[in-house]
Amino acid sequence: MAETNGHNGTPPAATPSAGDGNGSGNGGNRVAKVLAGAKAVQARATEELKETIKAPEKTDVWKSILRVKHDETPRSRALGVLSNVFLHLHPAKINRDAVAYNYTWGMGGMTFYVYITLVFTGTLLMFYYHPSKVVAFRDILYLESDVPFGKLLRNMHRWGAHLMVIMVELHMFRVFLTGSYKKPREFNWVVGVLLLVLTLLLSFTGYLLPDDQLGFWAVTVGTNMARATPLLGNQGPFGAQLGMTPYNDVRFGLLGGSIVDSNALLRAYIWHCVAIPIIASAFMVVHFWRVRKDGGISGPAPMMLESEIKEVRKV
Amino acid sequence: MANPTLEPPGTVPKDAAPQSKPPLIQALRSIFSKGEDPDEARTVARRRRFVMAAVLGTLSVNLLMFLRFFFPRALYEPKTKFTIGYPTDFGFGVDTKFQKDHRIWVVRNTEGIFVISAICTHLGCTPDWKPSENKFKCPCHGSGYDPEGINFEGPAPRPMDRAHVELDPQGQILVDLSHLYSWPKGERSQFGDDGAILRNV
Repeated sequence: MAETNGHNGTPPAATPSAGDGNGSGNGGNRVAKVLAGAKAVQARATEELKETIKAPEKTDVWKSILRVKHDETPRSRALGVLSNVFLHLHPAKINRDAVAYNYTWGMGGMTFYVYITLVFTGTLLMFYYHPSKVVAFRDILYLESDVPFGKLLRNMHRWGAHLMVIMVELHMFRVFLTGSYKKPREFNWVVGVLLLVLTLLLSFTGYLLPDDQLGFWAVTVGTNMARATPLLGNQGPFGAQLGMTPYNDVRFGLLGGSIVDSNALLRAYIWHCVAIPIIASAFMVVHFWRVRKDGGISGPAPMMLESEIKEVRKV
Repeated sequence: MANPTLEPPGTVPKDAAPQSKPPLIQALRSIFSKGEDPDEARTVARRRRFVMAAVLGTLSVNLLMFLRFFFPRALYEPKTKFTIGYPTDFGFGVDTKFQKDHRIWVVRNTEGIFVISAICTHLGCTPDWKPSENKFKCPCHGSGYDPEGINFEGPAPRPMDRAHVELDPQGQILVDLSHLYSWPKGERSQFGDDGAILRNV
């Protein structure tokens, strides 16, 4: 605080007037003092406003938000990335060969971008959607025909969902082809597989939400497959021996009943809009953090230009 | 017990090595007894173990509660027992008028009247009755069934199940969908059992 301009401090002129006024009974003197104090405060405020406009980066507010003085130096730029909550997972410096698009395809980043788009459009769709039978499909029609940009949002959400599945798979394919799942990135591969499963679960739960014939029968079929889950399904291996019936098995847990009905719609809605996005976001944070901790985006062996070679070591 | 993951390697006390985790009972006893254990490291170890057990216990009980939460004690689902009218209401062949309300078909053949549960045995869609082709056809994956619900094409593994039928005191047909008769592949057909079909009506 020593070197600040004192913008946040109480102006010294205002304090004595308030303090004196409490005790004495001299009315006229008091008013004059208060007026003088107010004038001083006003002058001070104008002065500070001018300074703030002239050099906002010198104010306490600015410094408290940005924390780091920004110069056009590599160090300052690196600090700018490291000290930013949104960028801090990103390494300050990246191997040039590792970010070549023909190597990474940019699929991980693009998947994340599509995910953000889906969260945004999905949140907007939630403003018009009621997760209950009869009303749900009516809301879809309402969104498509009566809500401004509703059709655009719904289609962005739908096509974005398809795109995300495709991109996650292409990302996985790239990671496989470049051998990026190998040591020390095995853990992150597993996190990635979990994220793939979560992506597919998001797609599956979102499928039922329009409550149309396509989604209804798709979920009927999908949850009937869950009957055959080993141990947890009533028709799966060892399911019957463990006491699984259509009323207590994993399918029942998914549907909230023995048939695909209003409970199933509500459960799909909550998994789709709240639970799985939170779980997936947590895994994404771990995934991105591990990319960095495991040495950044995997890439070809670091290549140096001749001018960058500092010393030649003889082997 | 010194936790090497929590403390820097240099700070591990030398006398920590021979001590192992005290059993929980002992830990509890020492915590609630008034006498003081002269060995402070052991006391700390017991306390840590107690806190850890308490945390893990709470979490696992909460997990069980969380899982149980998804299985309610009562359900408000459509009735599985209902009447569909008198046997004389149904002529020879397949009657689809209860498909929408009860998801069943009433069939009369030369033997009598029986009720098919309109659930495809493949993955649970509702097949369509195709009068012109004289068969049931499932729109999901193409399973085909003859008018008695016996599968003859597509992925269906067995004929469609039949519901329990009986005549109530008024002479109406009482259907019980919670009591099904099936004919699993390679096993005995239950379709001739008592209650699977109303004969001589």
